[in-house]
Amino acid sequence: MIELICPAGTPAALRTAVEAGADAVYCGFNDETNARNFPGLNFSRDELGEAIAFAHVRGVKILVAINTFPRASAVDLWRRAVDDAVQAGADALILADIGLMDYAARRHPDQRLHVSVQAAAANPDAISFYVGTFGVRRVVLPRVLSVAEIAEITREIDCETEVFVFGGLCVMAEGRCSLSSYATGKSPNMQGVCSPASHVAYEQTAAGTTSRLGRFTINRFEAGEAAGYPTLCKGRFSTEYGAGYIFEDPVSLDATTLLAGLRDAGVTALKIEGRQRGRAYVEGVVRHFRDALKVLEIGGEADVARLRPFTEGQATTVGAYRKTWR
Amino acid sequence: MQFSLGPILYNWAPEQWRDFYFRIADESSVDTVVIGEIVCSKRAPFFAPHLAAVLERLQAAGKQVLLGSLILVSQRRERRQTEELAQTSDFLVEVNDITCLKSLAGRAHAIGPFINVYNEATGVFHAERGARRLCLPPELPLSSIAAIAAALPHAMVEVFAFGRVPLAISARCYHARIHKLHKDNCRFICDKNPDGLVLNTLANEEFLTINGVQTLSHSVANLLGDIDALKLAGVGSLRLSPQDCDMVGVVEVFRDVVEGREDANGGNLRLSRIYPHAAFSNGFLHGKAGFSYMGPLVPT
Repeated sequence: MIELICPAGTPAALRTAVEAGADAVYCGFNDETNARNFPGLNFSRDELGEAIAFAHVRGVKILVAINTFPRASAVDLWRRAVDDAVQAGADALILADIGLMDYAARRHPDQRLHVSVQAAAANPDAISFYVGTFGVRRVVLPRVLSVAEIAEITREIDCETEVFVFGGLCVMAEGRCSLSSYATGKSPNMQGVCSPASHVAYEQTAAGTTSRLGRFTINRFEAGEAAGYPTLCKGRFSTEYGAGYIFEDPVSLDATTLLAGLRDAGVTALKIEGRQRGRAYVEGVVRHFRDALKVLEIGGEADVARLRPFTEGQATTVGAYRKTWR
Repeated sequence: MQFSLGPILYNWAPEQWRDFYFRIADESSVDTVVIGEIVCSKRAPFFAPHLAAVLERLQAAGKQVLLGSLILVSQRRERRQTEELAQTSDFLVEVNDITCLKSLAGRAHAIGPFINVYNEATGVFHAERGARRLCLPPELPLSSIAAIAAALPHAMVEVFAFGRVPLAISARCYHARIHKLHKDNCRFICDKNPDGLVLNTLANEEFLTINGVQTLSHSVANLLGDIDALKLAGVGSLRLSPQDCDMVGVVEVFRDVVEGREDANGGNLRLSRIYPHAAFSNGFLHGKAGFSYMGPLVPT
């Protein structure tokens, strides 16, 4: 049975995810060691301990994401996060940095390690490097692969795979993108943030709304048009060939229709993005996928319209899973 | 301080590509040259006919030649090419993706700027497995560079010192998307922009540069004003990334400033003539937004 991995940015969201049918919940410490380092989000050491106790009683696993790249001269902060997560009883650590994986594998040889999507392991050779060198048990695949490519990968590798099925969609290879720090000085790899709210401004004029990130205009909306959040790669820009969404339309990933294909491809776990999202999102999305997986088992069709309220611009895509642009 | 010429990131005409390297071999004082199509595997066959002649000319001129690996490896054909490259013993391979690290373990190699080396522990990991040179990610601030270099006394630590800054790589080709083409039938349309396609904001600010599957900054990294700090930090080599301008001249400007024949202001003036309209940046090095420029004033 395919596992459902759900996000939690707060203890309340974690309890919601467990009650809504998660097989495992992933979360992080409230500092720069995790890639959703937003104000008011994430877990203290005590909260993590309580969360693990709550989840384990209910047969649910807790995966701890320590998936930013340790800052030079401050590596100990990340190593402490690894030690504390192991000590607290985490079922797996989700890591991105090679040096930190090396530390975790040596210091805690029995601890289950997962390769974060931020580590950009996009093919069997890269994955085999992580398996062979650090004994990792699972890899979270980058959102740049088609279902056919995923099937090929799972056949060739000696570890489990986990893929994203819902939520925000990076169009660039994750863990290899400095667009946010180019505009704001803050990056996913270093600070655990992308297009941070602290650098966002909306400007209202008679003609509509302009959204900015740092000094750069990311989008313009006419009066009446909903002004979306200015995530850099989802903005409207122009080239000599015209203006528009140059990188990606403002859509969310929803792979509900591909669940059978992903299962047949040999995927072990399905992951929902959104540790920064509230309880209503967690509840709604987790229940939807739990139901969709039940329907899948008896060979039926899942209700795809149900998730629309939770999507960006209320529009969805199956992303790279079906490469219509190739 | 040494100088290396990074791989050409853009889709140049094969003859322009060949002649560029011939001139580098004949006229430039650059120490190291990284060769290879690292952005898009579809472009590589165009340069293949000229590769042997270029390698021979560069070696005859006494340049150290590195072969750069593809940044994003996903297709079977790309994996095979990357593995073949990793088996090369005539040249040092510069690794730009984890893919070939397993094959290279225990053999001398170089780590390119597309491998995430953000701290000294990761740097030491690579050095212990055979990395002799590490060109660090352009996003790193000086404090991180200094800490990594201090931990790697026997490796050559290099930083990205000139050129539009590579910021992202995607499976999707934006040149194809902009021209409403499919990636598999792209007609190699990125060849229309040998210096990249300028991307502006809707307020007409120059912002980024599109290069097929790669996105770069619009501003041009320029660390001429930071040379002393880089020397002090233990940096052994400056990487100059080819733009569609007189790169022989760019190398000479950097060498003149590093060796004290020119100050940074004079160097900037010369760079502005060699590469007109370039907006300089060094924000990453200073721990600021990457587009910003904290160096000596640019003469107008």
